[in-house]
Amino acid sequence: MDKEILAIKRFLSEYDGPEMNIMEICGSHTGAIAKNGIAGMLSKKIRLISGPGCPVCVTPSSYVDRLIELSLEPDTEVLTFGDMLRVPGSRGSLREAEGRGAEVRMVYSPFDVLEHAKKEPGKRFIIAAIGFETTSPVYALLIDTLLKENIKNVKLLTSLKTMPEIVDELCSSGAPIDAFIAPGHVCVVTGSRVFEEAAVKYALPFVVSGFEGADLLKTICLLVKHRGEGVVINNYPSVVTYEGNTTAKGLLEKYFEKEDAVWRGIGRVKDSGLFLKKEYAVFDAGSRDIVKDEKKNKGCSCDKVIMGKLTPRECPLFGKLCTPEDPQGACMVSPEGSCNTEYTYR
Amino acid sequence: MCVANTGIVLSVDEKTNTAEINFHGNRIGARTGLVSVKAGDRVLVHAGCILQKVSDAQYEEWSLLAKELEDADGDKE
Repeated sequence: MDKEILAIKRFLSEYDGPEMNIMEICGSHTGAIAKNGIAGMLSKKIRLISGPGCPVCVTPSSYVDRLIELSLEPDTEVLTFGDMLRVPGSRGSLREAEGRGAEVRMVYSPFDVLEHAKKEPGKRFIIAAIGFETTSPVYALLIDTLLKENIKNVKLLTSLKTMPEIVDELCSSGAPIDAFIAPGHVCVVTGSRVFEEAAVKYALPFVVSGFEGADLLKTICLLVKHRGEGVVINNYPSVVTYEGNTTAKGLLEKYFEKEDAVWRGIGRVKDSGLFLKKEYAVFDAGSRDIVKDEKKNKGCSCDKVIMGKLTPRECPLFGKLCTPEDPQGACMVSPEGSCNTEYTYR
Repeated sequence: MCVANTGIVLSVDEKTNTAEINFHGNRIGARTGLVSVKAGDRVLVHAGCILQKVSDAQYEEWSLLAKELEDADGDKE
């Protein structure tokens, strides 16, 4: 194995073919690439770009505003993953709202709500339900459980996004991308087939990748070798199959439907969001009303960074006005955001 | 956010659709509704739910590419 990795490292560091822009569209890949120093192992002709793969980074400001409004309502508590607490809306973050009396609880799993909802039936619990296809089935399973256990004091404020549509948006917008590191854990649910259409349509290789340094080196090597080919290769077969998790996909289809969704800094993207079906509207906290997206700081370049048009360092605010301690945009907040990662590992 | 961790199923409670998972010595509960599992299975867990069982499968054509790279290295030396 060591011999293989050495051969890959040598191939990638000495590569002298056509220039290649390789985009990763998973925040965990962004973090793993930085942590393992992968970019420094590559020839200058191979450039890694971070795309819209961090769910926190693509959640529009009006979503945060709505969460804050809900958290300040009487007998209401918002439950969220830790990443969302410091994301700026147009009027501050959830963490800042806590200082004004907002009830906010950080959770490890959306299922943590069950215990609280049973214990306090007179209180309303709002789940901040953000994520891509990896996390969406968890919310579908939660709705399934709420129905079976007849729990009525839990609602979801959803900002759930789907990958194929944003990949199509990126490719059709003329972004200079030659290959994609496909998101491993999204593909656990969707199956590797989810990127076949885009691969063929745009004649680009997609390699589904794991998260270890060696996995990523292999993936980049495969992408370079398959440059210009419309193929999808599964380099994470220990958990990813061609069809994905059919039970998870079945639950998603049962409770959610695709509609246009607003992405932070990008705007409305056709059919790129998952929303609760009308018959389950009783569990929805107003997710379809979230259409606005305003910047906290007009100089913030998160929109261009998310679309791979600027590197974090090319943003004039990076490391000066915008730091993890005082983030001006979402990419600097989440540990999976490309600006936060660049700042942390610089 | 899409972070997922691998652990080993210690026990399954079919009444509550939960399982106890061993993550490097830490015992943590997870939901089982997205995939059928049994004690001893290696599983991938995300946001408190088991997303998939972990298999030993590897990218089949990898060995061919690795050999090609190693041969190329050998030619240089």
